[in-house]
Amino acid sequence: MTDSLALSDIELAAIRADFPLLGHRLADGKELVYLDTAATSQRPRVVEEAMREFTENHNAAVHRGAHQLAAEATLAYEAARAGVADFLGASPEELVFTSGTTAGINLLVASFLAASGNKSGGSSQRFAVGPGDRIVVTEAEHHSNLVPWQRLAQLTGAELAWLPVDSAGRIRLDEISRVIGPRSRIVAFTGASNVSGAVTPVAPLVDAAHQVGALTVMDAAQLAPHQPLDVGALRVDFAVLSAHKMLGPNGIGGLYGRAELLQAMPPGSLGGSMVEIVTMREATFQPPPARFEAGTQAVTQAVGWAAAIAYLNDLGMDRVAAQEHALTSRLLAGLARIPGLRVLGPAEADGRIGAVALEIEGVHPHDAGQFLDAEGIAVRVGHHCAQPIHRAMGVTSSTRASLGLYNTALEVDRFLDAVSQVRSYFGVGR
Amino acid sequence: MSSLDSIYQELIIDHAKHPQGRGLVEPFDGESFQVNPVCGDQIRLRVRLADGEPVLRGVTWDGQGCTISQASVSLLTELVDGLPLERVAELEQVFNQLMHSRGHGLDQALEDQLGDAIALAGVSLYPMRVKCALLGWMALREAIAKALVGDSSPAHIPEGI
Repeated sequence: MTDSLALSDIELAAIRADFPLLGHRLADGKELVYLDTAATSQRPRVVEEAMREFTENHNAAVHRGAHQLAAEATLAYEAARAGVADFLGASPEELVFTSGTTAGINLLVASFLAASGNKSGGSSQRFAVGPGDRIVVTEAEHHSNLVPWQRLAQLTGAELAWLPVDSAGRIRLDEISRVIGPRSRIVAFTGASNVSGAVTPVAPLVDAAHQVGALTVMDAAQLAPHQPLDVGALRVDFAVLSAHKMLGPNGIGGLYGRAELLQAMPPGSLGGSMVEIVTMREATFQPPPARFEAGTQAVTQAVGWAAAIAYLNDLGMDRVAAQEHALTSRLLAGLARIPGLRVLGPAEADGRIGAVALEIEGVHPHDAGQFLDAEGIAVRVGHHCAQPIHRAMGVTSSTRASLGLYNTALEVDRFLDAVSQVRSYFGVGR
Repeated sequence: MSSLDSIYQELIIDHAKHPQGRGLVEPFDGESFQVNPVCGDQIRLRVRLADGEPVLRGVTWDGQGCTISQASVSLLTELVDGLPLERVAELEQVFNQLMHSRGHGLDQALEDQLGDAIALAGVSLYPMRVKCALLGWMALREAIAKALVGDSSPAHIPEGI
């Protein structure tokens, strides 16, 4: 990683001016330091502007109706799809809009469940799981990439197995040969942990999965906002992501599936807009991606997401990565100098994103978060929807600062200064 | 006093560091296990009832959590132990109202009923923390409800936590 691509002060100031919320003053007049981008990112003006432009000029239901507005809305929706797909290195028909990462994984599970219950065989059988089969996840997963797979295992009789993490929250690749075996059908893993920040080395997981014919599912929610992403180069079969973590609006996200897989996969959600012929007895389904988009779609949000992606592309994801790498280095180096802290993740900026979770000895994360909030600093406290990885690292919860491309060195320093005072405020370590 | 200092008063810090009622005892008439879904903090709380009358005769608990949750369960132990169950239910209502008062507090007469637990009033300014202060009270309510129907079975604790 080269930090020479990092943003200049002038560039960063210009970027911050695009995000009205970053200039927000808190109730007591303090400047906000927003270090919770891993939970949700802030949005540049162009995102709201694109959504308003759509609302005021083109709003209509897509893929139906003969009127002009319907055509305009459909064009805008499909242009958004093309923009998101291109960002991922996919083609438009490989990108299904969902309401977010969680919905994408649940859609996959529902599709696999439909295939598992289908006794008629056919092409959907490659998505079927049953007794004796194994579904593999990792201990680093967000609950959204764990709990749905638990359900699939429970309902089908398949076995759930997982790759453990090490003390820095990195997935134990040395366990691959033990966990991924001949009956493994699905290998689901995060691209980057929202707790440890560790970026997953995808190649060994994909190699092992493909060797035994298992399908791979990558949770890209935390990776996509921070690094260039190419699903083709990564060779994953499916990937899921959310707009709201990458400068876009809430309520929209995507499921990428390799074209031939989406062609063969049964729909997990059923209703209008995804069918061809419907009789009182049965229905036939549209080709993907429409097959997986039942019901009225979040078109305005799709347009907003595409605007967010255009904003990222203008900047360049290589520069986003370099900028965040430089800032993450500063944050980690500063934390290493403060006594009584433990970084729950890799200690170096290489191979990680800028989500940095901490154990503050003797202080509960809720109390730490309250102290930081009083200083105007917004961090996440709790288990961040990832209890198992916390447990694996010996804690119940943590205090997490997470960086976005709009954060500054000054903000990192304000956080470091505040976090260094937490223990003394609570009378610990004196 | 800053708003931060108002929620971390000396009394609250003291209760969190030296909590009342901590340490589960046998036998018990009702037990509850509660989790704060935000942080995973847990509490296991037991109640004992007086023989033949609806009066609380012992509240013990174990668990870990933030200053607010630990202080709150300690303060509630001090407040309700030895009281008739009807009175405990009333106090629970009052404390709930206080927590949802958004910093406005309650009528003096109501606040006075809470004893030292009124020190937690400042928590109501922070909606994200109200759950912390109520965790022990939720456990208390369930433990009493179980005791009243004669269910003295241990609370269910999920596997692997």
